[in-house]
Amino acid sequence: MMMTRLNRSFRALSAGAALSILMLAAPAAFAETPKDTLVEGFAIDDIITMDPGEAFELSTAEMTSNTYSLLVRLDMADTSKVKGDLAESWTVSDDGLTYTFKLKPGMKFASGNPITAEDVAWSFERAVKLDKSPAFIITQFGITGDNVTEKAKATDENTFTFTVDKPYAPSFVLNCLTATVASVVDKKLVLDHVKPVTPSADYKYDNDFGNEWLKTGYAGSGAFKLREWRANEVVVLERNDNYYGEKAKLARVIYRFMKESSAQRLALEAGDIDIARNLEPGDLDAVAKNADLASESAPKGTVYFISLNSKNENLKKPEVQEAFKYLVDYDAIGATLIKGIGEIHQTFLPKGQLGALDENPYKFDVAKAKELLAKAGLKDGFSVTIDVRNTQPVTGIAESIQQSVAQAGIKMEIIPGDGKQTLTKFRARTHDIYIGQWGSDYFDPNSNADTFTSNPDNSDAGTVKTLAWRNTFEAPELDKEAKAALLERDNDKRAAMYQDIQKKYLANSPFVFIFQQTEVAGYRKGVSNFKLGPSFDTNYVGMIGKE
Amino acid sequence: MSIVETKTEARPKPGRALPFAKAVGRFLVAAVTTYLGLLAVTFFIGRVVPIDPVLAILGDRAPAHVVERVRREMGFDLPLYQQFYIYLKGILAGDFGTSVLTTNPVMVDIKRVFPATIELATLGTIIGSVIGVPLGVLAAVKRGSFADQIVRVIGLIGYSVPIFWLSLISLVIFYAKLRWVAFPGRIDIVFEYSFTPVTGFYLLDSAMQGQWDVFYDVFRHIILPASLLGYFSLAYISRMTRSFMLNELSQEYVVAARAKGLSETRVIWGHALRNAAVPLVTVIALSYAGLLEGSVLTETVFSWPGIGLYITNSLQNADMNAVLGGTIVIGTVFIGINLLSDLLYRTLDPRTRTR
Repeated sequence: MMMTRLNRSFRALSAGAALSILMLAAPAAFAETPKDTLVEGFAIDDIITMDPGEAFELSTAEMTSNTYSLLVRLDMADTSKVKGDLAESWTVSDDGLTYTFKLKPGMKFASGNPITAEDVAWSFERAVKLDKSPAFIITQFGITGDNVTEKAKATDENTFTFTVDKPYAPSFVLNCLTATVASVVDKKLVLDHVKPVTPSADYKYDNDFGNEWLKTGYAGSGAFKLREWRANEVVVLERNDNYYGEKAKLARVIYRFMKESSAQRLALEAGDIDIARNLEPGDLDAVAKNADLASESAPKGTVYFISLNSKNENLKKPEVQEAFKYLVDYDAIGATLIKGIGEIHQTFLPKGQLGALDENPYKFDVAKAKELLAKAGLKDGFSVTIDVRNTQPVTGIAESIQQSVAQAGIKMEIIPGDGKQTLTKFRARTHDIYIGQWGSDYFDPNSNADTFTSNPDNSDAGTVKTLAWRNTFEAPELDKEAKAALLERDNDKRAAMYQDIQKKYLANSPFVFIFQQTEVAGYRKGVSNFKLGPSFDTNYVGMIGKE
Repeated sequence: MSIVETKTEARPKPGRALPFAKAVGRFLVAAVTTYLGLLAVTFFIGRVVPIDPVLAILGDRAPAHVVERVRREMGFDLPLYQQFYIYLKGILAGDFGTSVLTTNPVMVDIKRVFPATIELATLGTIIGSVIGVPLGVLAAVKRGSFADQIVRVIGLIGYSVPIFWLSLISLVIFYAKLRWVAFPGRIDIVFEYSFTPVTGFYLLDSAMQGQWDVFYDVFRHIILPASLLGYFSLAYISRMTRSFMLNELSQEYVVAARAKGLSETRVIWGHALRNAAVPLVTVIALSYAGLLEGSVLTETVFSWPGIGLYITNSLQNADMNAVLGGTIVIGTVFIGINLLSDLLYRTLDPRTRTR
């Protein structure tokens, strides 16, 4: 019996040893992605549709801008200007209402169909008639489902005219046309895939303009073609050989869904991905120390703020609002919590946009804040709550602010919640203080100026839920000035007007701006020409190469 | 859960075999009530969650009139009970609705994500029971010895260490340092387009198609997460095996078997374990079912496109159709596995067989 036992353990032991030898012998070759393929680890779980007329998510913006073409694009050399993409040239009529675009000749869609002004017109028509989330970027020019065929039309094969309802600043109109909703789709191809719809009071048309097919399908002419999107798994882009511009260097770009920062870092270090897109400060430090890796960053059009709801009697007082601006420890937050992922920024227009103001007058100053609180009759402080979604860096920032306001006697209770949950509360304006961020809807100062100043109906029944409305804040004078800036056709004057609005806003508003987001990514040294753009729809991958 | 409780619960009372039809009827009634309860609870919890479902669909930027239109389109303006009724009607017609997040019909999504979880859970359970049962037996036989202590410590660690942490640590060791395993996801992108899954079980698919390089790659991807899940079920299984075996080893039939001169091997593996196997089946089945729910954290760390990740993501976005669809599927699996372990009982335990 002793023998059997021995045998048994011996067998187990030898099997175990054999297994480990097998494992060791397994090809331990260094993992490498294929030479002609770029692999990015990216938290792409926000993508819900690939239809450019419908998509309004950050990750989708990157996919759309690499796979579709626009009439005009932001000029990367100076992002307060635009340059032609499909359009060779354009003119604005003297009354400032009609924009005429001439298309470059001989361009083709990925499908091989020629790109004509008719495709451009139809792309506008379908976006307006579908009327999905981003459609307002076009309809704000007085375009409706009833007049779109008149206002956005092809006058000949290569000429497209766009007629707006007011003599807007041309920079405003052109900036809006760089938004992904204005992407040009292949009319002929999409028409093969339209689905009939029964018209209703909400939707008057008898077909879906190919919306269902385009959710996962593709009908564009960008540097890359969209080959496949599998939710929470992968997005695969393939080089478009019919592209009229400079051809993409790589044959394929694969975005792998990876949620975790530390997991992305491991895969990047091991060479299973070429670029890691969602690294947190700790992992960025590790990337910086690794000789095989490098990092790239760019400020994005997203600003982070805390906002004070004027429904709360204490927070309504201008002195209290200003006191809060003195009660944020900007230096400490900048040096630790947002190191590498943001920079202190106290105005509502992000750097890079026309009229941005690079002024950060507020410093952490408890004495000054106490003085202001005393003036408001609150020298003993008060109690208040803040809704914070349970992610970084906002949780850390909220905790920092909690400590600094306590020094002035304000007891701030943190109510943590899921992102959508806190947002629901914010949109119902039942919060006291909210910590949030705002990214411009399109790359023009009007996007932020409007949401921070405009509040046409401040009652609870108000349907235009601008950020001003959500905080029960009215600034009719500033709103008027912003509306005037919209019609200012001189670019420099227009920029000066926004700067003036921001200065007044700094002194008198319930918003405490903290920082502007910086997008960072780690990449392997073999990757060349990797650049992040100033917005999520300018993260181009076409010029990226690999050694 | 004490040993005694498990045992009395686990063993159906002998000699009360119902006529077949009645048993089936009873099962159906129970199943239907369970389903209805499951659906109602999930549905109402999903609707009272303080998340605006339209917000989840449209995001924060949609203009007011679009929000209102979608609210009407999705029926969110109707009273809750009516929404539930409409949903139930859809299900009876086989329509589980469309997922807001992926825009696919929910069942199409589940067909895609569930095999990933099943494959992982099955391998995990195999690892867990193949190692866990012998370890438990060993610990019971050598009760109080050093080996017993080791097994108990292994179990304790498996119970108490957060899987998230252990996943990352094991990734650092086995993936980043030793490079024994592959990561992330289920398969290397090199094979993304040379390999077409049929059943969705990649190990099975690649083996059937004779693509052994793919099989090897898939194996290298699955082995680490499966081992981790295996470790956690091992912790549970070995502990339970130990308890069951201790109980059996103190029975008189063991003394009798030893007295008639049977080898220790036969006494332990042939007699005691055979008897302990009956409740053990339930333990293993339950731990398997637990893994089938999808381990959200493991799936997140390993970028494993499984059902746990799918449902959690949907829940956070108030994507109720997806959550309900997933709940139904998991509920079905639970009921199915319970039924299966009941059937296994009948073959393993002669007393429960009908004559």
